[in-house]
Amino acid sequence: MFAQTKLNIHDRHVQSLVRTLFMLMTALLILPVLAILATLIVKGGSMISWDFLFSDPTDGMTAGGIFPALLGTIWLVAVALMVSVPLGIAAAIYLSEFAPDNWMTRIINLAIINLAGVPSIVHALFGVGAFVLFFGFGTSILAASLTLAIMTLPVVIVASRESLQAVPQAFREACWNMGATRWQTIMKVVLPNAISGILTGVILEVSRTTGETAPIMFTGAAFFLPFLPESVFDQTMALSLHLFVVSTQVPNVPEALPYGVALVLISMVLLMNSISIAFRMYLRGKKKW
Amino acid sequence: MVGNNSEPLATSAASGSASAVKLSVRNLAIDYAGKPALEGVNLSIHENEIFGIIGPANAGKTSFLKALNRMDMFDNHMHVLGDVQFNGRSVNKLRNVYALRKRIGVVFPLPVGLPMTVYDNVALAPRLSGIRKRAQLDEIVQRCLTRAALWDEVKDRLQSLGSLLSGGQQQRLTIARALSQEPEVLMLDEFSIAVDPVTTMRIEDVLKELKSEMTIILVTNLVQQANRLADRTAFFLDGRCVEIGTTQALFSGQVKEQKTQDYIEGRFG
Repeated sequence: MFAQTKLNIHDRHVQSLVRTLFMLMTALLILPVLAILATLIVKGGSMISWDFLFSDPTDGMTAGGIFPALLGTIWLVAVALMVSVPLGIAAAIYLSEFAPDNWMTRIINLAIINLAGVPSIVHALFGVGAFVLFFGFGTSILAASLTLAIMTLPVVIVASRESLQAVPQAFREACWNMGATRWQTIMKVVLPNAISGILTGVILEVSRTTGETAPIMFTGAAFFLPFLPESVFDQTMALSLHLFVVSTQVPNVPEALPYGVALVLISMVLLMNSISIAFRMYLRGKKKW
Repeated sequence: MVGNNSEPLATSAASGSASAVKLSVRNLAIDYAGKPALEGVNLSIHENEIFGIIGPANAGKTSFLKALNRMDMFDNHMHVLGDVQFNGRSVNKLRNVYALRKRIGVVFPLPVGLPMTVYDNVALAPRLSGIRKRAQLDEIVQRCLTRAALWDEVKDRLQSLGSLLSGGQQQRLTIARALSQEPEVLMLDEFSIAVDPVTTMRIEDVLKELKSEMTIILVTNLVQQANRLADRTAFFLDGRCVEIGTTQALFSGQVKEQKTQDYIEGRFG
């Protein structure tokens, strides 16, 4: 009764073939990541030093360090986060917990999807028009960060909304039936269980914000600045733009320098990601249902 | 009690006799997006009685419960017509539905252990009404868990997750949580589905004790459970309330409709 028929054997072979094939495809995904990291470390690893990270560029940016750009990127990301995280989470909570299912909500959802699809260079031009000129912020950290925030807002909203909706409806109703308001329910039951997913959205946003070049080059990032920004109304250098500049715009740059800048940039992203992932795992370990 | 919220529900001060009307339902009709689920229900539920509702699936029993504490607000498709009065106040006209829900504890067929500790599950409702003192919360948690016949099993792990308890324990946790609201009415919807027979009997004993303090509405698909517990029983069928009577009368054959007799004797349903 358990003897294998020809058909059984055939089916099993097909299955193992498919599995192997798909496994290879999955493995292919890791290759680019490894290749990028290996190239950067081999070619730019020699650049990395305390001095490189914490001193100004010299000799027309062909030598010296990257400190103003490093600090500028931190400024830009921090200010962008300060705007987009509260705004995005608030919008996600409204859409998931309060919004009635009507044409207005559907239009808002459509707008969010479309906002995510707008090319970053278009965001840059919007930023120039809105923040630099109309609001009169000039080319400044504030204008650049606001542009970045608008650009990454859909990521935060969509990820937060998805994780809010993943909290079972039964939890909400149990809480409502105790006489809790919607807001009390959100604070006591919904948010604590959605926070790890919301963090995922923020992680994605940080990664994207750190690396973006187009939206900031017209709105607040400078080619070269001999001083550090003192407020959000100053211009600043940024790592991503600096990488573009030393790779293509400045003659006689030693070959290792752009790779070193790129390595710092990618390390920053990876560092942020790992901190957030660790935090997320800690939070997820506390939640079970 | 609900403190300084507007529209406090009069806690039927005139009561005292055991037969004061707690809930009165007139011409209740419920539909889901135009599809009728219940119509023409007229009945009153008295203080300190266990009011049983029996009937097969799709009879409208759960919809009936949902209309009592305005759960229709959770569901865009659910529409309620007619009048439900709680302590003489129409629930459809209340602005402070939160105070209404606080006074009506709800237990559903499938237990919902909120993903927080056992302690926090039971302390949630008191905290929502502003109780902060640890000693007071401790006392409420212990009292409610004890009355729900769960204290002995969880007293050493109050800080573990409520959602990790077994099904029967979670159901008793749900009951403890409902009791922590200090409700005037406790609605139970087929609470014994996910609970083993021994636990069911323990909960039934608890309900008999609670009757002296609150009104209990017991929806059940176990006819004998209604017979054991209910003072009066209503029989729902196909979206209508077919018959209401004292449990003793219904189960001793004094029925007006043959269908009631047939259902009680297990000939259909």
